[in-house]
Amino acid sequence: MTPRNTLGENLAAMLKGGVIMDVVNAQEAQIAENAGACAVMALERVPADIRRDGGVARMSDPKLIKEIAAAVSIPVMAKVRIGHTAEARILEALNVDFIDESEVLTPADPFDHIEKSAFTIPFVCGATNLGEGLRRIHEGAAMIRTKGEAGTGNIIEAVRHLKMIKKQLADLKEMSKTELSVFAQTERVPLEFVERVRELQRLPVVTFVAGGIATPADAALMMSLGAEGVFVGSGIFKSEDPAATAKAIVHATVHWNDPAEVAKVSEGLGEAMTGLEIAELEVMMAERGSLL
Amino acid sequence: MTNYQSPITVGVLALQGDFAEHKAMLTALNVRSIEVRSAKDLESCDALVLPGGESTVMMKLLKESGLDQEIMNRVQSGMPIFGTCAGAILLSDSHLKLIDITVERNAYGSQLQSFSAQIDVEGIGSMEAVCIRAPIITRVGDGVGVLAQHEDHPVLVQKGNILAATFHPELCVSHSVHKMFIENVRALMQ
Repeated sequence: MTPRNTLGENLAAMLKGGVIMDVVNAQEAQIAENAGACAVMALERVPADIRRDGGVARMSDPKLIKEIAAAVSIPVMAKVRIGHTAEARILEALNVDFIDESEVLTPADPFDHIEKSAFTIPFVCGATNLGEGLRRIHEGAAMIRTKGEAGTGNIIEAVRHLKMIKKQLADLKEMSKTELSVFAQTERVPLEFVERVRELQRLPVVTFVAGGIATPADAALMMSLGAEGVFVGSGIFKSEDPAATAKAIVHATVHWNDPAEVAKVSEGLGEAMTGLEIAELEVMMAERGSLL
Repeated sequence: MTNYQSPITVGVLALQGDFAEHKAMLTALNVRSIEVRSAKDLESCDALVLPGGESTVMMKLLKESGLDQEIMNRVQSGMPIFGTCAGAILLSDSHLKLIDITVERNAYGSQLQSFSAQIDVEGIGSMEAVCIRAPIITRVGDGVGVLAQHEDHPVLVQKGNILAATFHPELCVSHSVHKMFIENVRALMQ
C-alpha cells in the first residue's frame, strides 16, 4: 500500500501549476476560491501585518480555521511554528489538508523541526538552499517552498532561493564521491539520499515558490525559473483590488510562458501591495530555522 | 515488437494539476503528447487527457478561454478523452456533461481520508488505485460501463470514446490504464 507521506506528495502533485493564497477569514477564502486558487492558507494575519505588528506570531485560532474550511471546497492549509509539534497535532485533529511549518510564525524550537514522518497529515516546509530542503524532506516534508521574505512584496529572496537550489543541484553532478559524502555530512542527510537527488537533478518532492510575490509578472518569473506553483501571501489581500489581483496571478501562473497573456491580465489592476527593501528589514524570516 | 501503427498525438490539459505525471505515462508508452492550454493547442491532438488537480480551478480557466466549448465539440464528434479525479469531475453531468455520471466531490473527506486500495479492473486485473481527496460516482447512466469498483462505488467507467477514473492511474507504477486508453484511441481512429 502507498505510505502516508507518499499520499501527501500525491496531493502536492495535484496542486501543481496552481496558486495557494493566504486568507484570514471565510470571506477572503471565498474570494480566493472564486479567483481560481488551488488551495488556501488559513492564518490570523497576513505576513505584512505580522511584520508590522511584531510580537509572537502563532498558529491560528481553530475556530477561524474551521470557518475557512467550511467556506471552501479546495484544500485548506494552515501554519504552525517551526518545531511546534503540539500545534501540528491540533491542525491534524482539525482535519486540514496540509500543514505549513513556517518561518513566518515565531519559531518554537531552537534545536529541531517537527518530525513530520510521525504524522499522517502532509507538511510543506521552506528552504533557502538545497541542504535545507533535503533536511526537511528527510524529516518527512511532502512539499518544499522557497522562503522568500514574506510580507515584503519583494521577490529577490525567493529568486535567490530557487536559483540557489538549482545551482547546488547542478554542483552535485560535478562532485567526487568524497565531496558528495562531505556534502551529505555537512548538510546532515544520508549519502544515499544525496546520491538519489544527484540523479534526479531536482528536489524529490513538488517545489513551489513563496515569499514576496505581489504581481502577475512575479508569478510568471518564478514559473519561468522552474517553480511548480506559487504561494501568495500579502500580495493579494494587501493590494488595491484583491479579487482582480488574485485572478490575474492565477492566469499568469498558468500562462507564464505567454507574455501577451501575462500582459493582458496585468492591465489595470490598481496598486500592488507596498513593497519593502530587504536591507531595511528588522526581521529576516528566512533565517529562522535555516541552519537546523 | 515493431510499432507499425501511425503515430498519434495525445494532448494533456495543462491548466493546473498533475499533467506532467500523465505526460510521463504517455512517454513511457512511446506516445507523443503535448500540453494543451488553448484551443489552438487542441487542434493537433487526436485525443485528450484531463488530469488530476482542482476541478474548480480547471473549470474556471476552461470557461474563460472558451476551451470548454472546443473540447465538447471535439469529443461529441468522436475525439477520445480520459479524465482522472478532477478530470472525471469535469466530464460528469455537473460540468462538461460528456458522460452520464453524477459525481460527488471530495466525497471521502479531506487529505487524512486519502488512501490507496487494490482494485480489479476489467481487462487489466488487480492494480493499486491511489485516491487523493477523491470524488465518488453516485450515479451511472444508461450505457455507461463500469470497469472497476471500490467498496461498491464505480471508480473507472467508460462509454465509447470517454473514459473516467476517480483515482489516479498516472500515479501508479503500472501503465495499464493509460495503455487501455491508447488502445481504445487507436481502435476508434481506424
